[in-house]
Formats: sequence, structure tokens, C-alpha cells
Amino acid sequence: MNFDLLIQLIVNGIIVGTLYGVVAMCFVLIYKSTKIVNFAQGEFLLIGAWTCWALLVKFELPFYVSFPLTLAFMVVFGILLQVVVLRPMIGEPIISVIMVTIGLSMFFQALVAWIFGGYTKAYPKVFETESVNILGLQIESAYIMSMVISLIIMIGFYYFFKYSRLGLAMRATAFNQQIAQSLGISVKHVFAASWAISAVVSALAGVVIGMVNGVSSALSFIGIKVFPVVILGGLDSIIGSIAGGLIIGVLENVAEFFDSQWLHIGNMYNIAPFYALVIILMIKPYGLFGTKDIERI
Amino acid sequence: MASAHSRMRCGEFRTTYQADMTIFPTPLARRTAVGSVLLLLAAPAVLDSYLLNLLIQIGYYGIAALGLNIVVGFTGQISLGHAAFFGFGAFASAWLNGTTGIPVFFTIPLAGAMTMAVGLIVGIPAGRIKGLYLAIATLASQYILEDFFARAEWFTGGSAGAMANPFTLFGYEFFTDQTYFYVVLFYVVVMYLGGANLMRTRDGRAFVAVRDHYLSAEIMGINLTKYRILSFGISSFYAGVGGALFGHYLGFVSAEGFTLLLSIQFIGMVIIGGLGSVMGAMMGTVFMVLLPEVMEFGVHLVGSNNTALTQALAYIKEMAIGLAIILFLIFEPDGLAHRWRMIKNYWKLYPFSY
Repeated sequence: MNFDLLIQLIVNGIIVGTLYGVVAMCFVLIYKSTKIVNFAQGEFLLIGAWTCWALLVKFELPFYVSFPLTLAFMVVFGILLQVVVLRPMIGEPIISVIMVTIGLSMFFQALVAWIFGGYTKAYPKVFETESVNILGLQIESAYIMSMVISLIIMIGFYYFFKYSRLGLAMRATAFNQQIAQSLGISVKHVFAASWAISAVVSALAGVVIGMVNGVSSALSFIGIKVFPVVILGGLDSIIGSIAGGLIIGVLENVAEFFDSQWLHIGNMYNIAPFYALVIILMIKPYGLFGTKDIERI
Repeated sequence: MASAHSRMRCGEFRTTYQADMTIFPTPLARRTAVGSVLLLLAAPAVLDSYLLNLLIQIGYYGIAALGLNIVVGFTGQISLGHAAFFGFGAFASAWLNGTTGIPVFFTIPLAGAMTMAVGLIVGIPAGRIKGLYLAIATLASQYILEDFFARAEWFTGGSAGAMANPFTLFGYEFFTDQTYFYVVLFYVVVMYLGGANLMRTRDGRAFVAVRDHYLSAEIMGINLTKYRILSFGISSFYAGVGGALFGHYLGFVSAEGFTLLLSIQFIGMVIIGGLGSVMGAMMGTVFMVLLPEVMEFGVHLVGSNNTALTQALAYIKEMAIGLAIILFLIFEPDGLAHRWRMIKNYWKLYPFSY
């Protein structure tokens, strides 16, 4: 048994897992405040990463200009999406809402592939990347950077929900829309804000992953991988999404390890999370931290 | 005057339960259905192979779409893995025919039964979870089955794909579009009659009760777990038969064809056609099959020598499907079947619509 490889893979899993956690947090943010399941979460990453790439490469803007521009674009994009497409869907049955986001995902995936082509494109070097030796493990500095950024985002979220006015309004809306409204919170603005924040933070994650691995349509698959994460953590739990992200990130790497060592089934890296998903749904459908639905007649 | 009166009734007034439970609500609907099938019988003699190909596509996709409508529209369960069942049916029929030599005529329903078995297994989570959680569970099963197709070489031929023999009956090969059209038409008529009849049975009514209010349904003595899983089984049977027809039509089944994209297209058909309507499934299929063709026609109309546009055709088609789903959900959430009912009612009551 190759012990070093296992540890290396687990570390990789934690790094990837924090990114999953960030994306899952964005997903949970939308679900908690607007009760919409966003199947287009992966496209947020994709659009953010491509926008930043286009500003850097096509318009040759420096990173410190193009990055804020990307984030500003995503704010507008998120709000527009909510106002134009999702506001008419309030009160519709759940399948309609799911299908609208699936339709959006399909539309934007094709649009982005049309504009930017189907091939992976590398980001220009923004930061120096080199291998760093930490406790005998070779870790690329880009990964460390991505992990630091993810941690900053998570801490930022914590303070945002704990202390900021908008964050408190969002929590109130998530708790009960009617009560929030009667306290003078504009539910409309909260909905728009949660989509905007979700789009911005996802785009940030997209740019980070793009810098490490290059941008391609494969980025949007993270939007699908988010489902095992949020189901494991509980659909409406921010803490759960971080824990779920870490567990799924480690799980897929460990599954890959066991597969390459003994099982030789292949493709375990991509499929293991879905097996885990089905098992969790059978045993504990509300996840580790999710609130249980109790139905009364 | 009296005879004219009986022809032009200003509504459907049913006085018995039998009248309320007929397959066709009015004699006119029955005559239209029989007439259109008879008309379609003449189609191979008149239409060229491009149009026939479209009709055959509408046929096998339509059968699968009806299956999805049974689970989504009638039982109210969400399934995002229908394409995987469709693919399983295609592989199962090719495999059965290739290994055991059972004639294709029998392997198509057998493939449906095999797919039904898989659907019953995949449907087990549906016994416990619903709504959003079920959507995600079926999404997982889509990926798991897709992975299975790529891996199980004994069954699917792995990444190389599987060959499917042409449809034969009494030694006669249905190899051309003209002859295969009749095979598809036969199955479409049988499956649609079956679907319409299912809704008249105890089980069909139980499905609708589960959809409308599952707690009330349970209190009335409907076994929720049984009917939720059963509806998955029946829906997979339809998908399996549709997939088998697809496989034997193309003669070659590849694992790459049954992705989430196709699942989304199936749901698109059901939503655009109208949830909970048997004929809606067919209308949605017609829309979904014709939409890419219309897009292609439009692109050629704009500029056939515009290479950038023709190269982007695949993306344009995909965008059109996504956009159609969104627009229908926002502006016509009840689908084409609802619009069709409104048009019928308008003419029935014309000119005194109130």
C-alpha cells in the first residue's frame, strides 16, 4: 500500500473539498433564501471564469482591473437572472422551478461554448506558481492560494450573516418570508441580493479553479458535483455545505486511490460521489446538518 | 335543426361515469385519432425519407416521453434520469437479440421489461423521498447508469458501442425507413392506447391521487411506496421500448448518446407538451424534434455560406432547446395541450364564449 500517495490524495481532497464547499455554500445561499434549487450553479463558475479570461487575454487588461470588473459583471448578471427569469416562477410547482434552472444551465453552457469554443484554455500567469514542500508533501502554491481564498470567503460569509444588515435580512427571510416582510425587509431585494452574491462568489471560485486548471466547459460539472455535497451536508445548512465539501472532496480522492490500488473499476473519481449521494438519500435524506421536514395534516 | 344541435354542443355533458371514462372524450376525437392513424399509414408512400426519418424519431421519442409523463405528469415524481432508461432499453434489445437470437419482434417488449426491472430498482428511493430530493437521486442514477454503459462491455460493448440487428418478422427485414415506419407506428399506437387506458384503471387513478395530494391519498388507503415505485417501473418500460426502437432503427447503439442532455430534452418534451396529458406528450415530442430542424432551416436561410454560423449550429440548437423550456415555463406553464384545449373550447363556444 502506497501510504505517501494516500496522504497526498487526501490533502488534494481537502483542497478540492474547500472549493466544493464554497460553491455549495453559494448553492445553499440561494436555496435557503429563495427556496430555488439552482442547477445552473456550475454555469456561474463557467461564466465568471470565461469573463475574467476574456478581459485578461482579449482585452489585455491587468488582473487587478479585470478581476473586479468580472465580479461587477456577475453582480449585474445575478440580479438580472433573478428579476427576468426567476421572479415569474415564484409560487410555481417545484418541477417548474427545477426545469427553469436546468434550461438556464443548458442555454448558458451552449452560449459560452459558442463564444469561447470547446477547448480548455490556460489562464495567463497572474501569480508565480511553484511547488512548495510542506511536511514532506509537494503542494503547488496555486492550490494553497485557492485554499486561502476559500477560507477567506467562508470567514467573510460568517461575518456577513452574523453582523451585516443585509445578511441579517437574508437570515430573517430564510426563516419566514411573511414575518420578514412585516418587519420591513424587502423580500424582493433579498432575493436579488442572494442571487447576486451567489453569482459573484461562484465566479470567484471559477476564476480560482481556472487559474489552476485552465478554463473549459468541464468547470460546469462542479455545479453537478455540488449535489452530493449539499445532500450530505443538508440542503439548508451553510456549515453542512463546508463539511460536505470536505468529505466529498476527500471521498472522491480516496475512492480513486482504492480503485487504482485494488479494485480497478475505473472512473471512480467522478462516480463515487453519486453512489454516496444515493446511499445518503436512503439513510439520512436530510443530511448531516439539514432541518428535517415535519409534515402535519 | 335538432341534428345540427346534436353536432354542435356547447360543452361536454356527461351523464354517466362510463361516458366520463371513455378513452376518447367525444366521437369527433375518436374519429380524428383513427383518421390520423389511417392517414399516417399512407405516409411512407408519399413522404421522402427526410420527413419519414423525422416521423420515426417522433415515434420512438414520443413513446419514451409518454413514459416520462406517467411518472412526472401523472404521479408528480421528478425524474432526471430518463435518458439512461432509454439507453438501457436500446442496449438490452441489441444484447438480447445478439446473444440469444430471440427475434427482434420479441426483444423489444422484453427490453422494455428489463428496463422496467432497472426502473423499479432505481425507483426504490422514490418510496422514501420526493420532490427535490428525488430529482437529485434520479440525477445520480443517470450518472451511475451512464458510467455502467461505458464500463459493462459484455452488455453494451463498452466505448465501442453495440450493433443492433434490423427488425425482422416472418423472415422479412424491415430495413428501410418506409418499412420501419410501420413498426414504429404500430408501437406508438399500442403504447399510447395503453397509456390512455392506464389512466382509466384503478392504478392510474391512484397515480393521479398521489400527485394531487399524497397525504390524502395515503389516508384513502393508497400504498404510496408501491405506487411511486410502480410509476417508475411503468415509465421505464415505455423508455425501454422507445430505446429499443431507437437502437434497431439506427443499427448501432453508442454509450455516448444517452447523456443528461437527452434526459433534459425528455423533460422538455413533457413540459412543453403539457404535464399530465397523454396527447401532450406527443405534441411536446413533435415540438422538440422539429425545433432543431427549424433552427437549421433558419440558419441556412440567414446565410448558408456564413461558415461561422453553420459551425455554431450545434450550439444554436442546444440554446434553442434551453430557451424553449424557459419560455414555456414562464409564459405557458401548462403546455401545448392546454393551449389546444383552449382553442377547442373557443370554437366550441364560438361566437358566445361566455
